[in-house]
Amino acid sequence: MSQKKSRGGAAGAGDDAEDLSRSPLQAVLLADSFTLKFRPITLERPKVLLPLVNVPMIDYTLSWLETAGVEEVFVFCCAHAQQVKEHLEDAGWTGQPAAREMAVTAVESHDAISAGDALRVMYGRGVIHGDFILISGDTVSNMSLKDALQEHKDRRKKDPLAVMTMIIKHSKPSILTHQTRLGNDEIVMAIAPETKELLYYEDRADGSHLCVTIDKDILASNPTLQLHNNMEDCYIDICSPEVLSLFTDNFDYQHLRRHFVKGLLVDDIMGYKIYTHEICSSYAARIDNFRSYDAVSKDIIQRWTYPMVPDVLSFGNCHEVKLHRQGIYKASDVTLSHSAQIGANSVIGNATSIGEHCKISNSVIGAGCCIGKNVIIHGSYIWDNVIIEDGCKVSNSLVGDDVHLRAGAIVEPGCILSFKIKVGKNVVVPAYSKVSLLEKPSNEDSDEELEYADTNSGVTDSPPFSSMRSNAGRPAVPSKDDDLGASETGTSGVLGYIWASSDTGTQEDWRQSIAPIPKEKLQEMQHAVSVDDDNGSEEDLNNRQYEQDHDGDSEISVVEDDDYTKFEKEVEETFQRALDGIHEDNLILEINALRLSYSLQHADCAGAVFYSVMRSASVAAQSTNDNLLKTTADALAKWKDLLRNYTKTVDEEV
Amino acid sequence: MPDVQPLVSEFVLKLKRRKVEGSHAVARQTAELLRSVVSQHRMGSTNQAAALADAIRSVGEQLISANPIELAVGNIVRRVLHIIKEEDISSTAVGIEGLSVTVDSDDEYDSGNDDHPTLSAAVLASHARNALRAPSLQTLLDDIPVSTALSRSASSTGDSDGKTGDKSLKTRKLKHDVIAAIGDLIEEIDTCYDQISEQAVELIHQNEVILTLGRSRTVKEFLYAAKEKKRSFRVFVAEGSPRYQGHVLAKELVEKGVQTTVITDSAIFAMISRVNMVIVGAHAIMANGGVIAPVGMNMVALAAQKHAVPFVVVAGSHKLCPLYPHNPEVLLNELKSPSDLLDFGEFSNCMNFSTQDGTPLLNVVNPTFDYVPPKLVSLFVTDTGGHSPSYMYRLISEYYSADDLVVQRKSTS
Repeated sequence: MSQKKSRGGAAGAGDDAEDLSRSPLQAVLLADSFTLKFRPITLERPKVLLPLVNVPMIDYTLSWLETAGVEEVFVFCCAHAQQVKEHLEDAGWTGQPAAREMAVTAVESHDAISAGDALRVMYGRGVIHGDFILISGDTVSNMSLKDALQEHKDRRKKDPLAVMTMIIKHSKPSILTHQTRLGNDEIVMAIAPETKELLYYEDRADGSHLCVTIDKDILASNPTLQLHNNMEDCYIDICSPEVLSLFTDNFDYQHLRRHFVKGLLVDDIMGYKIYTHEICSSYAARIDNFRSYDAVSKDIIQRWTYPMVPDVLSFGNCHEVKLHRQGIYKASDVTLSHSAQIGANSVIGNATSIGEHCKISNSVIGAGCCIGKNVIIHGSYIWDNVIIEDGCKVSNSLVGDDVHLRAGAIVEPGCILSFKIKVGKNVVVPAYSKVSLLEKPSNEDSDEELEYADTNSGVTDSPPFSSMRSNAGRPAVPSKDDDLGASETGTSGVLGYIWASSDTGTQEDWRQSIAPIPKEKLQEMQHAVSVDDDNGSEEDLNNRQYEQDHDGDSEISVVEDDDYTKFEKEVEETFQRALDGIHEDNLILEINALRLSYSLQHADCAGAVFYSVMRSASVAAQSTNDNLLKTTADALAKWKDLLRNYTKTVDEEV
Repeated sequence: MPDVQPLVSEFVLKLKRRKVEGSHAVARQTAELLRSVVSQHRMGSTNQAAALADAIRSVGEQLISANPIELAVGNIVRRVLHIIKEEDISSTAVGIEGLSVTVDSDDEYDSGNDDHPTLSAAVLASHARNALRAPSLQTLLDDIPVSTALSRSASSTGDSDGKTGDKSLKTRKLKHDVIAAIGDLIEEIDTCYDQISEQAVELIHQNEVILTLGRSRTVKEFLYAAKEKKRSFRVFVAEGSPRYQGHVLAKELVEKGVQTTVITDSAIFAMISRVNMVIVGAHAIMANGGVIAPVGMNMVALAAQKHAVPFVVVAGSHKLCPLYPHNPEVLLNELKSPSDLLDFGEFSNCMNFSTQDGTPLLNVVNPTFDYVPPKLVSLFVTDTGGHSPSYMYRLISEYYSADDLVVQRKSTS
């Protein structure tokens, strides 16, 4: 309730004044995501300038920072630095300092290839003096920082080792896909319930769905801890100046979460601590992939981000937008045919004309678009100056600036059409294809490091867009995809390169695209889950209980015996040896010996053994569910006797 | 003008970010901003009043578009435009009376107003308007600068008969008068609570039961005033979902020793038969006597009508809006964040678009305001006294001049 009072725009002028006396509140905004998720669009325009409901993402972030009372922002530009700086100038963020309460400074660096590098550069500049907010330029929020900041400061007074406060938000991941509604992988966090200290952080990017390994020291030192998989990381951090020096000291830190957070949590020599702050009624989300682009757009249209909604938040060069019934936002001079049907939750930009009998639903259409007759647009994001001729059909796709769809073209779900693409008459763009005028950089490899390394080297090295286009334009004309049955004339077919999507894995495609997950996939996953359940129910109830402790889908307070953890470890080690070829009888003997030495029940033995079996199965298994299921079944069959040995005795005793 | 631009854009940003909300705060700050605009304005030699009005209008346009739902902004802008017009007319009237000889000879002076016959017509019109006026606070306040201006200009004509000295004096005088009048306007906004609550004793009788919805500062002061006058009465406070401001009001009333009962919004109809009078605040009063008020108010008004309970709206005169609610220029409502109603985290799986077919199945609508039609309102209590809804247009014609109703000119594109 106290949150409710202070939420919204009332970030409190009194709080600002208080901060001013110490040191001005600063923020570091990373205007580069250091990922490849938005390619091919990000080859031509930086991600932070991509329009989100017709407003560049960075404007949402900057105006939130301004509302939250931040006085100085350093925008760290990397790829396309010039474009970012020009935008900041145009939108009036930099330049006229008198009109703004917040000073925005652009920091440019071309050799930073990760968030870690960016922070090292910031440290080198020596401009950060106090606590600062670390945020990425693609974050939309309306939270009030007041409480979080105060908490952070109070903690710092008591314990100077508390260097960072992470903002987290309640959000249930889907049971089927194990990803949040923003398309991120499920995150498992262990938090001490009283101090809110973060003890463990793991995003389940790999397929290791069933096990969470928590260091026994954590269990030993904390009487209670809460395991969450229903939290979402907002990627808004309140950091102390030490964070920058930590990055400099550990020059191998690249990724904020994967390296920095985990590094701090593991490192117990320095003893730095990270805390969490949960926000309840306000909104915060980061756009990390196309799925989250879709979800956050819809949240904005549904006004969860108020006052960051189209009809309220209008920047200098944006036109006035009015909200009509059923969540339809229309700019002031839209030309709309009488017979056109605009469905709920749609946004139509300035100077756009829409022809007869069009059907538009759940879509965002930018400024200056020209849409012909009988066009059906569903769940799509059409950016500025797009021409869509008669009878086209676009569903659940993203269509970039200046794209031209000729009559009868069909864009299937999940497509990304980058800037200036031309699609010919009656051409069908297949689902999940990404089309760009630029060729896919050849220096890519599907390395694990690819996520953040070498991403921008390709981008920054590339010549400015205008020259690139003329280069690409010539080879592009004949390079139409053969699947489309294209002719050489360029009037039919697609003008541009279709990026083969196979090497990133088809799974990734449907997981993180704008299109909803197809029904077949959902059924498939539903099936897999139910099989898992059947499998589980065959086992002894004790085992089931134990498994749930590790795979719980909501908060579970794990108050575990330290002894048991040790025991479990030993059993696991023994089991590993058994895998290497020790006879089963000997194994039973050893486990029994362990049981006696730790004075535990048979049931515990059964639990530990089952855990080890499952562990071995999941280690052997690769990423897919099917495979996991198979190896699990194999392993269970193999060690059935061993398990029965304990379960039987349990039954007898009971 | 460039000197005030930062001030203006700062206020525009505040309005846009919804950092200033509530018609009292908005009205006050708008008036203060416009006062500084006037004081920074450099007066030309000719056509001063029109130039000043243009400056105000251009600032006003920005302010109104920054937050069109805060109708008080537009009201204050129109009030200031009206003040400028009145001051201009009164000073020229003084000029005619005092300098009747020089008017005919002085071309430069005359160029400020197009033609002699139209000038005298304007004077006549203003006189006629003054005569028509009910003896209200506004007219009283307006009269003070007029009379001071009269005496000062009369003395000045005695002192100097040089053209240039007279002109600069006149320039300063118009500006000074306008600033003084805006100062009076600000004072009026500040004192409206006292003016309104003075009438509390006449309306609230002994042992009455009063119902109110949500929290309005005007209502609070009104009830306080009645309590101070040793009236004993009981108040039912409907909590005013989803912002639950009624809880705050209940607390404040109890601190003052008022018998208070908190009820849910849905219990209003059940309780209304026990109520003697409904007293509520408003966001704006429209020209037809309709009221824009916090959401749920129409429900209260309908319940009151059903049981023939008087429905009284208390509001300061800065909430009087000269626009009609059926005018497409008037935005009647604003939809706030659904997080007032629902916890995002709890419902996050209902909004997982990846597993639905892309169309959101859950929609939450959180409007801020309700429109109460004039026929449901029994009485308006403003700082000039009690009025019936049908009298509102009359009151409005007193505060605003008819040609200022549309502040936003259509863009020429």
